[in-house]
Amino acid sequence: MVNAVPLSWVLIVAAGLFSIGLFGALSRRNTVGILMGVELMLNAVNINLLAFWRYLQPADATGLVFALIVITVAAAEAAVGLAMVIAIYRTRLTINADEVDTLKG
Amino acid sequence: MNTLIMVIFFALAALILISAVMVVTVKNIIHAALWLTASFLGAAALYLLMEAEFLAVVQVLIYAGAISILILFAIMLTRHVTGEGVRQLYERWWVALVVAILLFGAVLVPNLLSEQANWDSQVAAAQTAPAPPAAECPPATVAGSCEIGVAFMRDYLLPFEVASVLLLVALVGAIVIAHEERARRRRVPTLAEEVALKRSIPVERDEDIEAALSPAGREGT
Repeated sequence: MVNAVPLSWVLIVAAGLFSIGLFGALSRRNTVGILMGVELMLNAVNINLLAFWRYLQPADATGLVFALIVITVAAAEAAVGLAMVIAIYRTRLTINADEVDTLKG
Repeated sequence: MNTLIMVIFFALAALILISAVMVVTVKNIIHAALWLTASFLGAAALYLLMEAEFLAVVQVLIYAGAISILILFAIMLTRHVTGEGVRQLYERWWVALVVAILLFGAVLVPNLLSEQANWDSQVAAAQTAPAPPAAECPPATVAGSCEIGVAFMRDYLLPFEVASVLLLVALVGAIVIAHEERARRRRVPTLAEEVALKRSIPVERDEDIEAALSPAGREGT
């Protein structure tokens, strides 16, 4: 992998994945779709972390530890986020982000 | 060998990116969740290619296993919103597209303009550098699960414990947020009741079924 693929190619793939996730998080009306976009962005960050670990610090476990912590936080975020989606749906019978506008002035 | 790895890398990159594009563009939200799983699995294969076996297994277990199932459950618990007829994007979705493309360009341009030599020398130095004398682990040039375990139990013990407390807090918080008093629970018709009602009365919308099933509606019929 290190000899065959330059580091910048992996970074470009991760940047593309992050941009796609950002587009999904900004443009979806469905709250679950927004969460999916956020998951894509976190995945891109993880690919970036692992690429830097593999190419620059392969003998050290620090990059792996960092990626594992990111996965843990992503799991916690998904659990709380989806619980909030279910709570919002129960009270308002919709989960479209533009229809949940009680805080809008 | 190098060509083979390059071909595999491009195939995985295409899988990841095409699945991600399908996630954000497809109309049916359940299909989007399935494409998301495909993207996660492609990322896991990319981790395997980068010799991070433990992270690949964790990716399959947590992302492709747990988070995808959680998202599918959330979609199935929230009805009326998965249909093809419901508009899925904002009217001004192109603003988001412009922002995303600008971000990608802002990341890409320095990458293309900068000189590769600097990074390449760093990468080469990192590959030939001797591994630090890791305590109990067999000598290796790439850190594996043994190094992860030693790191978590020694250098990163506090982040490890904080992560466990975070998971506990998220667990309790998710239960508190999603919990509902039994008395206030909405009556959800079972599939059999729904079919029977659809045969007996010409209902147009799902709300009519719920109205017919509520106590007031029952007295009326």
